[in-house]
Amino acid sequence: MKYMLLIYNNPATYQAWSEEARNALFGEVDALMKELTESGELVGGEALADASNAVIVRVRDGVRAATDGPYAEAKEQLAGYLTVECETRERAVEIAARWPDARYFTMEVRAVMNSSGTEM
Amino acid sequence: MTVPAATGDLLRELAPQVLGAVVRRYGHFDLCEDAVQEALLAASVQWPRDGQPASPRAWLITVASRRLTDQLRAESARRDREATAALDPAAAPVAPDPAEELGQDQDDTLTVLFLCCHPALSGPSQVALTLRAVGGLTTAEIARAFLVPEATMAQRISRAKQSVKAAGARFSLPGPGEWDGRLDAVLHVLYLIFNEGYTATSGPDLNRPELTAEAIRLARAVRRLLPDDGEVTGLLALMLLTEARRPARTGPGGALIPLAEQDRSRWDQAAIAEGTALITGALAGAPLGPYQVQAAIAAVHAEAGAADDTDWPQVAALYGVLDRIAPSPMVTLNRAVAVAMAQGPQAGLDLLAALDADGRLAGHHRLAAVRAHLLEQAGQPAAARDAYTEAARLTTSLPEQRYLTARAARLPDRTE
Repeated sequence: MKYMLLIYNNPATYQAWSEEARNALFGEVDALMKELTESGELVGGEALADASNAVIVRVRDGVRAATDGPYAEAKEQLAGYLTVECETRERAVEIAARWPDARYFTMEVRAVMNSSGTEM
Repeated sequence: MTVPAATGDLLRELAPQVLGAVVRRYGHFDLCEDAVQEALLAASVQWPRDGQPASPRAWLITVASRRLTDQLRAESARRDREATAALDPAAAPVAPDPAEELGQDQDDTLTVLFLCCHPALSGPSQVALTLRAVGGLTTAEIARAFLVPEATMAQRISRAKQSVKAAGARFSLPGPGEWDGRLDAVLHVLYLIFNEGYTATSGPDLNRPELTAEAIRLARAVRRLLPDDGEVTGLLALMLLTEARRPARTGPGGALIPLAEQDRSRWDQAAIAEGTALITGALAGAPLGPYQVQAAIAAVHAEAGAADDTDWPQVAALYGVLDRIAPSPMVTLNRAVAVAMAQGPQAGLDLLAALDADGRLAGHHRLAAVRAHLLEQAGQPAAARDAYTEAARLTTSLPEQRYLTARAARLPDRTE
């Protein structure tokens, strides 16, 4: 079963940290990524550029309205995701809990839909 | 690269035999497995171009052995450079039996299969290693079939081989005391491979249905080696009888068509005839097991020319047997469907109450979906609609969600 682990954080918080503290955080992420790669559970993942660079797109009555990201002041933003394939939901939750952002902000575990199915 | 079908079939049949021969001679299952893959690749390029060698098996063994000895030499040079212990007898796990020279007449397919399904490995690792070492598929092909990046699958295979090594597995058939358990694991892996392919719906991932053909091919190979085992025959029959329905189980765009609404003229009659003959033979002679019962259920469905002709009391009785010899909440759930068809929806709903109390299927979409169907049959459309909606919310399958949402939408909600 594939799960997407959505990472939410506030970049301003980390920017206020000492470089040493930030490096320790990155080191934790690297170690966990290495572990998930070696276990064959890591399927993919991306970090997202700061949300202030985002563009919000809406089409209403055929008219496109695109606005720059309004998130500069937001507290928590979607910062990235990783996709893992694990045998149980509990394991996906365990991985999310070990991701450092879980200690300061929020991780969200979502099951990924697939195109297989059983007729009923 | 496309390899002519005949060459591809031959290579995949020979893959586990060649691997067995090389492991018997040199040990080092993990390194041999890589060497055999390289030999298979070389053959797939050279044979179509230069012609097939007189003895394809000997050719592959020679090429794989050469790759392996090159690699062992490189490893040993590296070890010398690192100035570790001069000779490490433990460096050759899965030790070869000196009495067995090349093993020219021996078919090691079963031994390789047992090794790939070793209990030290996780389920997904067993599946991946089996497809590569026994099925002769490349890592890229397996990754495509399981919808993960090639690097992820390569890592799983490499880890599986490390686990085999770490477990100190012997390259021999399991002894009598562990035979049954180990064979169960092998059959379960073949069943998982089949199911992965069977549940794939048409769509962008057209490689996946090939997994059913591969699972059937491997089940046939095991049955050739163990013709008297009822469960091996039962599994092959179950696969054939299930696969027979595949042309009818999806509609345009991969929409799922329930069993009751399938166009039965599209069922594969040759597969049904073969599967029915196999299961009939097994039931007559072998001790009963869960795959045989499941195949018998599939055979009852297959012999009904129309959904209304289905012998539901027979299906319900068979699920009763299955629930006794291999109890699981999923079996009880299927039994509830059959009981409802045989005795009316309320009898089925009563069985679901037991599952609710049991709790193991709590939050499972199949429980909600069955409840929805039974409530609909019982003439309770509003409750059925709620249950369909709940099932649609719980499933992680897009085609199932689409089907369940459509069923819900056909029913009036409570306010109408």
